[in-house]
Amino acid sequence: MARSIPPKSSAAPQQRYRGAAPYVFLTPYLLVAVVFTLYPLLNAGVLAFYQTNGPASRAYVGFDNFRFLLHDDVFFKALKNTSVFAFCSVFLQLPLSMLLALLLNSGGSRAKAFFRLVLFSPNLVGQIFVGILFSVMFTPRYGLINRFVHALVGFGLEERWLGNPALVMPAIVLTSLWVWVGFNMIYFLAALQSVDKSLEEAARIDGANRFQVFWNVTLPSMRHVVVFVLITCISGSFQLFELPLALLPDSAGRGPDNSGLTVIGYLYQVGFDAGDLGLGSAVGWVVAAVIFALSLLQIRLSGAARE
Amino acid sequence: MNPLRAVLLLVLLIFLGLLMRSPRDPRRALSYLRFVVLVFATLLVLAPFAWLVAAVFKDKSVFNDYVFFPPPTAWSSHTINLNNFRRLFGGDDTVQGKVFFWQYVINSLFFASAGTVLQLFFCSLSGYALAKYEFYGKRALMTFMLSSMMIPGVLLFAPVYQMMVKLQLVDTYHGMILPGIVGVYGIFLFRQAVLAVPNEMVDAGRIDGCSEFEIYLRLVMPLVRPMSAAFCLITFLGSWNSFFGPSIFLQTQEKLTLPVILNLYIGVYANEYGVFLAGTLLAIIPPAILFFALEKEFVSGLTSGAVKG
Repeated sequence: MARSIPPKSSAAPQQRYRGAAPYVFLTPYLLVAVVFTLYPLLNAGVLAFYQTNGPASRAYVGFDNFRFLLHDDVFFKALKNTSVFAFCSVFLQLPLSMLLALLLNSGGSRAKAFFRLVLFSPNLVGQIFVGILFSVMFTPRYGLINRFVHALVGFGLEERWLGNPALVMPAIVLTSLWVWVGFNMIYFLAALQSVDKSLEEAARIDGANRFQVFWNVTLPSMRHVVVFVLITCISGSFQLFELPLALLPDSAGRGPDNSGLTVIGYLYQVGFDAGDLGLGSAVGWVVAAVIFALSLLQIRLSGAARE
Repeated sequence: MNPLRAVLLLVLLIFLGLLMRSPRDPRRALSYLRFVVLVFATLLVLAPFAWLVAAVFKDKSVFNDYVFFPPPTAWSSHTINLNNFRRLFGGDDTVQGKVFFWQYVINSLFFASAGTVLQLFFCSLSGYALAKYEFYGKRALMTFMLSSMMIPGVLLFAPVYQMMVKLQLVDTYHGMILPGIVGVYGIFLFRQAVLAVPNEMVDAGRIDGCSEFEIYLRLVMPLVRPMSAAFCLITFLGSWNSFFGPSIFLQTQEKLTLPVILNLYIGVYANEYGVFLAGTLLAIIPPAILFFALEKEFVSGLTSGAVKG
């Protein structure tokens, strides 16, 4: 559901407090952070160099976990699927969200509130529930989606979306559009409303057309929201797991020929189904590294765009 | 020519008509187009919901005969009935005896609300401490908090699970709730809200003899109520829909939450879509009610950090 936002900090001018109160108030956080974040983080570093069989027994294997991943075709398939999904999220989902936000922003406020409410509503439905819903809607011949596609273009009624390796990813992407287009739209809409209208006006008077105004004035002035949405979108895409799991129940989220397997799905399989938490940790590090690198790249690119 | 294509053609013809009437000034045509796109998007978003409601009340025997509801002429207890719900609430036979569907609903409600209440308390308390006190080590602490937000959850699944097993917290609710009782995201959300509370109020409270905790509880908390509402909704939705944690930590069937059990039901009721879809519909209703009641607060809570910046 809600992806987290890092709020910007601003200074609170107060003189130093000498009592114990702030420390007492922050103790619960410190305890939780040490026990459930800091210690596991260190442990994740250690664990990645072990092979485990369930949580109890383990043996040191050095870099073997990472070596195994480098040579595992299934892991690369999962990595490829997840990258394809992330790519589609960025280049399909976000533009659609932006388009809807722009359309909404130019309308009256009554209609805006209504459309915003409706378009956002799929985001309330948990990914598992969405997966369950769409797994039935993708039924050949009778499913809602097959019937709709058939009525629209005249073919595809018998298509087995979730049984055809070539169509599993499109099905997942289609489902994700239903869930997240409205979610990103909320952010874009809020950002659009805070854009300085006089700047856009000035550009228009200078003879810029609608697209030029959007590309050269509106988009740059909502830059930091766009970067924020991009980063959460990419890191969210790399953590995709529940949607394909419920969408492809026959194969536990793998899909035919592993066509629906995501990296987290892979982690779940090796770490929790097969019981090798060490290998699971190694997968975790690889995914974390990918997310981190992509986020850094995003920030760099957006910094370059400012100059 | 099917109805869908006929409608699309009609929409297109109206657009062309508007464009022809005033080709120099296409504003009317464009605002019509804008409206059409929005309505079309709305229908696409709502269609699965409508389909779900219809699917749940249709009898198994006519499930595939109609896309949505059968036409009113075909309504009878053979086509529309509550059989799916009857099957759903009939109970599962398990090792621990019969477990009824209500049990999972109660589990989910308990898990989500207990987590929300605890998070509300601890996050707001920490957020208040960060907003209204200058103390030794504050800077280092905040740097640590912000950088800990960069750690993807993926990395911690395996080691946290291992620790839970060691602490014998697997298959318990407190074990599942404990790691999430306070989070950096919530703390910063509250810190930002409390910053807007004037320092004079806090000082006045002190002069009047309030303890520091009383200042937090009696003076500050009532002032950040809109943020609290948004935060509760976001947290509740997150726990209500969460799957990964509960599916790993919970083992006994009578302890499962709705997402976990419904995911299992897909396999159990393989050819009776109506049954697990009925459960899914019930699982969507509580978040929907909360959302419609608190929509404005929710949206502003979601976007506050990103947009104000």
